[in-house]
Amino acid sequence: MQVTMTVNDVEVTREIEGRLLLVHFLRDVLSLTGTHWGCDTSNCGTCVVWLDGEPVKSCTVLAAMAGGHEVRTVEGLAKDGQLDPIQEGFMQCHGLQCGFCTPGMMMTCRALLDKNPDPTDAEIREAISGQICRCTGYATIVRSVRWASVHEAAAEVTR
Amino acid sequence: MTTVHEPKLTTFDDNDQKPVGHGRMLRKEDPRFLRGRGRYTDDVQLPGMLHLAILRSPFAHARILSVDISAAEASPGVKLVVTGAMLAEKGLAWMPTLSNDVQAVLATDKVRFQGQEVAFVVADDRYAARDALELIDVEYDVLDPVVDARRALEPDAPLIRDDLAGKTNNHVFDWETGDEAATAAVFASADVVVTEDIVYPRVHPAPMETCGAVADFDAIDGKLRLWSTTQAPHAHRTLYAIVAGIPEHKIQVIAPDIGGGFGNKVPIYPGYVCAIVGSILTGKPVKWMEDRSENLISTGFARDYLMRGEIAATRDGKILAIRTNVLADHGAFNGTAAPVKYPAGFFGVFTGSYDIEAAYCKMTAVYTNKAPGGVAYACSFRITEAVYLVERIVDCLAYELDMDPAELRLKNFIQPEQFPYETKTGWVYDSGNYEPTMRLAMDIAGYADLRREQAEKRARGELMGIGISFFTEAVGAGPRKDMDILGLGMADGCELRIHPTGKAVVRLSVQTQGQGHETTFAQIVAEEIGIPPADIEVVHGDTDQTPFGLGTYGSRSTPVSGAAAALVARKVRDKAQLIASAMLEVSVADLDWVKGAFQVKGDPSKSVTIQAIAMRAHGAGDLPDGVEGGLEAQICYNPSNLTYPHGAYICVVDIDPGTAQVKVRRFIAVDDCGTRINPMIIEGQVHGGLTDGVGMALMEMIAFDEDGNCLGASLMDYLIPTALEVPDWETGFTVTPSPHHPIGAKGVGESATVGSPPAIVNAVVDALKPFGVRHADMPLTPSRVWDAMRGQATPPI
Ligand code: FES
Ligand code: FES
Repeated sequence: MQVTMTVNDVEVTREIEGRLLLVHFLRDVLSLTGTHWGCDTSNCGTCVVWLDGEPVKSCTVLAAMAGGHEVRTVEGLAKDGQLDPIQEGFMQCHGLQCGFCTPGMMMTCRALLDKNPDPTDAEIREAISGQICRCTGYATIVRSVRWASVHEAAAEVTR
Repeated sequence: MTTVHEPKLTTFDDNDQKPVGHGRMLRKEDPRFLRGRGRYTDDVQLPGMLHLAILRSPFAHARILSVDISAAEASPGVKLVVTGAMLAEKGLAWMPTLSNDVQAVLATDKVRFQGQEVAFVVADDRYAARDALELIDVEYDVLDPVVDARRALEPDAPLIRDDLAGKTNNHVFDWETGDEAATAAVFASADVVVTEDIVYPRVHPAPMETCGAVADFDAIDGKLRLWSTTQAPHAHRTLYAIVAGIPEHKIQVIAPDIGGGFGNKVPIYPGYVCAIVGSILTGKPVKWMEDRSENLISTGFARDYLMRGEIAATRDGKILAIRTNVLADHGAFNGTAAPVKYPAGFFGVFTGSYDIEAAYCKMTAVYTNKAPGGVAYACSFRITEAVYLVERIVDCLAYELDMDPAELRLKNFIQPEQFPYETKTGWVYDSGNYEPTMRLAMDIAGYADLRREQAEKRARGELMGIGISFFTEAVGAGPRKDMDILGLGMADGCELRIHPTGKAVVRLSVQTQGQGHETTFAQIVAEEIGIPPADIEVVHGDTDQTPFGLGTYGSRSTPVSGAAAALVARKVRDKAQLIASAMLEVSVADLDWVKGAFQVKGDPSKSVTIQAIAMRAHGAGDLPDGVEGGLEAQICYNPSNLTYPHGAYICVVDIDPGTAQVKVRRFIAVDDCGTRINPMIIEGQVHGGLTDGVGMALMEMIAFDEDGNCLGASLMDYLIPTALEVPDWETGFTVTPSPHHPIGAKGVGESATVGSPPAIVNAVVDALKPFGVRHADMPLTPSRVWDAMRGQATPPI
C-alpha cells in the first residue's frame, strides 16, 4: 500500500506493507535511525516519536496509521542547527550515557515542557515513567529537564 | 623512561578544579547521541543487506528428531535456511565458550534450554525472515529438565551434557579457597555463630539495546567485517579466527556505539556466528538483531548462586571468621567469563572489608536446563555475590548481637595502616581507608536522627528500615601472570600519536558502552601531555584501528587501559623532552614540565609548548642523536595488582504495612574509587548502578517454572526500575588513590551495582525487625515481603 506522511516537516510517500511498524518505517525505510527499538511489549519507550505533537511509542503504531499525520523524531528536534534546550539540558546535566533511551526520553520531555513549562520533579518522573533507562538512574534526566525549563524561562524573560 | 608520580593519600580532596585534564567536563560523545546520530549496530545499513532470524527451542530439554525446512525455503523473500546438521557438516555446530566449555551454535542432538538456537533464516527483510521461522517444522522428543540446581547432582537427575565424552552427571566444577581446618577451629570456639541461607537469584542485564551483528564477508579478498554489540572486540576477533578458521588479519571486528552492556555483551553468542555463516553462504551482508525476549531468555544472565553463609564472632562483636558453601547454577553451557585460574571469578573477596582470623569457601557449580552465561550484570567477576553474602551475614550477626550494624562494621574494619592487606583468602588489597568513608555516609544520611525517627515510627506501628552496606571490590583484571580469558592475557595496549599541529589521537583496546571513554581517556591523556581534551581524538571499538587488549568489563577500563593511556602519554612526553632540550639548547635535566610545555629551569621566558615540539618532531632539520622523527608511542600495560575501590552505602525504606510495598525513600552512596578523572561521569556510573541495585533487590528475577519455561521473557514479566521506583540519589566521595596505578585511579563502573543490593535488603529486613525477621531473599516484591511479615519468608527458588 502507499502511505504519505510528514516527517520532520518533509512530506514523504512510500510503498509499504500494511503490517510495517512506524518504528521500522522510520529506521529502515527513511534511514532515520535516531528513533530506537528496545522491546516487544511497548514497555521501554526507546521508540518514542511525536504523532501530531503527542508522544507515541512508534513500535505500537503501524506506519499506515501515521498516513496523513505529522511525525517528528529526534532528528527534528534541533532548529536551524541549534540544539533544542532539552538537548542542551541532557548534555549539561549528564542525562545520557549510552544514548539508547535518549531520543525517546527527549521527545517525551520536550512534549512535557510544551504543556507544562515548569514541571515539578514528580511530574517529570511521572512523564517518563513509561520509559526505561538502564544507565542513568533517572536523577540526571530529571535535572536535565529542570535545566531546560529554567533556561527557557530565562530566555523568555530576556526576550 | 616513564616518570611515575607518587600519589599522595588525600582524603576528601575534590579535584574538580584541575584545569587541563581531570575534572568535570561535558562529554565529547554527547552531540551525536543528542541529534539521533549515534551509530548502533542496528543502524548499520549496507547495500544489498539481508536479515537473519533465529528459530529457538520452545522446550528446556528435548531431543531433536527431525527438522524440516522445505516450506521455509519456499517462503517469499527467503535466501537461506540453515540447521544444526548443516553447520555440523562444516564443523561449525559447536563453538568454545569463554570458560573452555563448548556451546552449540545451532542444536544438533538436543536442545538444552528454552530459547536455544535451532535453525536460522536469511531473507530480504526482517518480516520475511520471521515469517519463514513459522514454517520450519521441528519434531522434538521432550525430556525431563533440570531446573533446580539442588536437583542437578542427584543420582537420578537427567543428564544434560551427554555431548561431552564420558560425562555422567551435571557437575561443572568444585572450587575452594581459604583454610578449612583453621576456619573450623575458630568456629568451634567462637561465642557466637550465625548461619543463614542466602539466595542471589538469577537476574539479567537487559541493556536497552539488545545484541546483534552485521556480518559482511568479501569473498574476493577473503575479509570479514563484523559490526557487533561487543564489549571486547579484540578477544572476539581472536575467537572468530579460532572457531571459523578465518585468518585473524582478515577479520575486522567493529563495535560501533553500544546501547548499554553491563556484561551482557562480553560473550560470543550463536547469533553472531550465524550472521557470519549467513554472509559467507549468501555473499551478501547479513544483519541479525535479536528481539527483547530472545535477549532475556538466551543471553548472558547473572548470579544464580545458592549460598550458605556462616559468621563467627565474639559476644562483643569482633568478627572472627566467615565460611560459605555455594551451589552455583551455570546453566546448560558454562559460559562464564572468568580468568582461567578463577572458575568462581573473584568470589574469594567474600571476607569483605573486615580484619578477620580465618575464612573458607567451598563451591560446586552445576549444569541446569537454563540459558548459559553467568558473566554479566556488572558483577566484577562474582564480587556482587561475594559482597552480598558478607554484607547480609554481617547484618544477621548484628541482629543476633542486638548491635547497631554501623557500629559492628566500624569495629571490624581493616585499619588504614594494615594496607596493603592480605586477606585470609589470599587477595592483597592495595589500599583503603574505610572509616572516613563510612563516617561521611553516616553524616550525609544523618544516621543518628534516622535511628531516632525509626524508633518513633516503630512505636506507632510504622515500618521504616535503615540498611547499610560497606564493600571492597577487586577490579582491573588483571596481572597477566595470573589472569587470562581463554589463554589471552588481560593486559591492554594503547597508542598515542601527536600530529604535527599538536592535535592528538589515542587508540584504545577497550570499548565504551556509555561510560564516556571518549571523554575520560582524552582527559587522562590531556592531564599527562598538556593538550586540551578537545584536541584529542579517542579511537576505540575497531580491531583494525586499535591495539590488542581484552575489552571493557569488570570495571577494568580505567584501572588497566586508563593506566596504559597515562603511561603512553608519559612515554611521548619523555621523547618530547629530548626534542625540547635540543630546541632550547639546554640539557634534558635542565627542563621543567609545566603542563603543556617544557621550560628552562629558573627561566620561565625560555620554553617550548608541546605543540611546537610536535611540529619540530615532524619538521625539516635534524633531531638530536638517536631521536627518530614523529611524536608517538605505544605500550601494553600489564597491571601489577588489581585495584580495590570501596564504598559505604545507606538506604532508607518505608514499607506500607497494608500492601507490603517497599518504597526506597533515600539512598546515600559514598564511593572511593581513588583518583577521580571526571566527577560527572563517576556520579553517573554510580547512579546507574544504584538503580540496578533497586531492580535486583526489589523487582528483577529470571524465574523458571518446573518445565523449564522462562517466566521473565519480556519487559512485562521482567521488571526493571522506572523513574518512579528510584529516589533522587545522594552521593559523596573520599579519595584513596591506588598506590600502583600510575594516576591512582581504581575504577567505579560496577561499584554501585555491587554495593547497593545488600544495603536495600538490609533496610527492608531492618524494617521488618518488629516481625522477628532476620533474613528475606531478593527480589523483595510485595508478596514476598508480605510472606516475610507473616513469618513465612521462603527462598525465591
Ligand atoms: S520499542 Fe519498546 S516501547 Fe517501543
Ligand atoms: S542512557 Fe543508556 S539506556 Fe538510557
